[in-house]
Amino acid sequence: MATTITYYKLRKIKDRIVSGWVKTMVGLVLLLPVVIAISLLSKSWLILGHSGLSELLFSSVWRPLAGEFGFWPFIISSVWVTFLGLIFTAPICLLSAIYLTQYGSKRLLGMMQPVIDILAGIPSVIYGVWGILLIVPAVGSFLAPLLGIETSGFSILAGGFVLAVMLIPFILNILIEIFRTVPRDLFEASLSLGASKWHTIKHVLLGKTFPGIISAFGLGLSRAFGETIAVLMVVGNVVAIPKTIFDPGYPLPALIANNYGEMLSIPMFDSALMFAALLLMAIVILFNIFSRWAIIHFEKKQ
Amino acid sequence: MMWWRKFEERLFYVLMIFSTASLVILLLVILLSIFLKGVPYLSWEMVSQTPKGGYYFGREGGILNAIVGSLYLSAGAVFLALVFSLPLALAMNIHMRTYKRTLHVIRFVLDLLWGIPSIVYGAFGFTLMIYLGIKASLLAGIITVAIFILPIMVRAMDEVMKNVPVTLLESAFSLGSTRTEVAFKVMLRQTLPGIITAVLLAFGRGIGDVASVLFTTGYTDNIPTSLFQQTATLPLAVFFQLGSPIPEVQNRAYAAAVILTLIILIISIATRLLGRGYNKTRIN
Repeated sequence: MATTITYYKLRKIKDRIVSGWVKTMVGLVLLLPVVIAISLLSKSWLILGHSGLSELLFSSVWRPLAGEFGFWPFIISSVWVTFLGLIFTAPICLLSAIYLTQYGSKRLLGMMQPVIDILAGIPSVIYGVWGILLIVPAVGSFLAPLLGIETSGFSILAGGFVLAVMLIPFILNILIEIFRTVPRDLFEASLSLGASKWHTIKHVLLGKTFPGIISAFGLGLSRAFGETIAVLMVVGNVVAIPKTIFDPGYPLPALIANNYGEMLSIPMFDSALMFAALLLMAIVILFNIFSRWAIIHFEKKQ
Repeated sequence: MMWWRKFEERLFYVLMIFSTASLVILLLVILLSIFLKGVPYLSWEMVSQTPKGGYYFGREGGILNAIVGSLYLSAGAVFLALVFSLPLALAMNIHMRTYKRTLHVIRFVLDLLWGIPSIVYGAFGFTLMIYLGIKASLLAGIITVAIFILPIMVRAMDEVMKNVPVTLLESAFSLGSTRTEVAFKVMLRQTLPGIITAVLLAFGRGIGDVASVLFTTGYTDNIPTSLFQQTATLPLAVFFQLGSPIPEVQNRAYAAAVILTLIILIISIATRLLGRGYNKTRIN
């Protein structure tokens, strides 16, 4: 009898300890984004005191050695590359998601899943190498001469193109999930009224899932905004506001990644780069929150 | 207008098939261009030696330092992340199963963390490194990558654990099991293949990422022998060597890219095979 009681106590104590451990982990993870934000903010305090938020964001003079830090060229480059990436990737994602969920068989979807997974798993540096091997020459010595433009190929366009390919698996997976949730009977009601299949897809499926589609692209956008190495490798990295998509650009993540070596010697530069990271995080989190809110809203309506 | 509708239907059908096919074509083009460019420069020397003197001017040596460094880094990060993510996933699905609202918040935060770009984790890891007073090293890299893959791991485990039938857990509870026993003897055993899949997924993410280790691991030609030494990683080896003006060094970058791609492909196939086995043995 005594042994059963101690055994029981032992189990209880073990449970207490493990439960404590488990709950601490929950607390830690909930604190993590706050800790990241605070540490980046404290690091960028120096530059914020030095040159005010609006000057940092909207000035286009970038001379770190003279103490002038204007992030505008980088923000514009980031916006251009992200925007192009989304434009290129949107039709492919939408059309394939519709085909895979509405026309294709289950087997086809099963066969395509590994393809999507492998595309998603390829590291960004490999996408970068591929971009240098194929996309940059294609832009520089094929597309640009066709339009009569001089460019090295390392351009916003190349960055957007590589980014578009990287976004495909990410957005496509979300779209497939969303299209699957549409109830079958809605579809059949439309078909039985004499609408064609495409007509039904256009009005019922796309209409019904519109908020979901928007948030899928919102999530894609926030992923695109932070993509570093692949874009850095093909985008040219020249500090100037790009005028056309054949000009080189210099997105925010590339700025942080490229200047790591030099930043340590100048405190203000170090602070500026940490501010860039904070800015990136803020933008990404904003888009994330907006998209997730839209998705939750959409699920509630279903 | 009938002809227009028919035409529209046909047109979009063709476009849809075209874009679905383009996914396969894209994957093949990417893999082929990497392999065709890199495989000719691949040699036994590449994978079995560390860089010798003059390596960066095209002399002999290999990238064993980067291969081993990457494996150390990812394995360490996965292990560290597992210590945090496994209890978290278990807590979410056993201890807090009924707290729907709290669960929503946790999943939301995890998704947010997943969305934060790796370069931000790199910058955070760098500041953390300074606060803790450690230099760029394998340890700093492991900590940074662990934080970066943590949300991926938890969410992947959570997805599997969510699907374990409540009845199974409840029957264990009704027999007098404590939560810990349910967690480790029922939940863990039920979802083990799924957990291994999550680990592999995180491993693949960790081994392929540059931006998070750029600030934190440094780069060295030696294989690290302690946690406090700098280490080379495979993606960084690709990145650095590609930036060299010397063609021999660039070619080695392409070969390194082939090795990295092969590692990722192996992980991907392993994940798939495990997933299949998991579907076969699952109770529900």
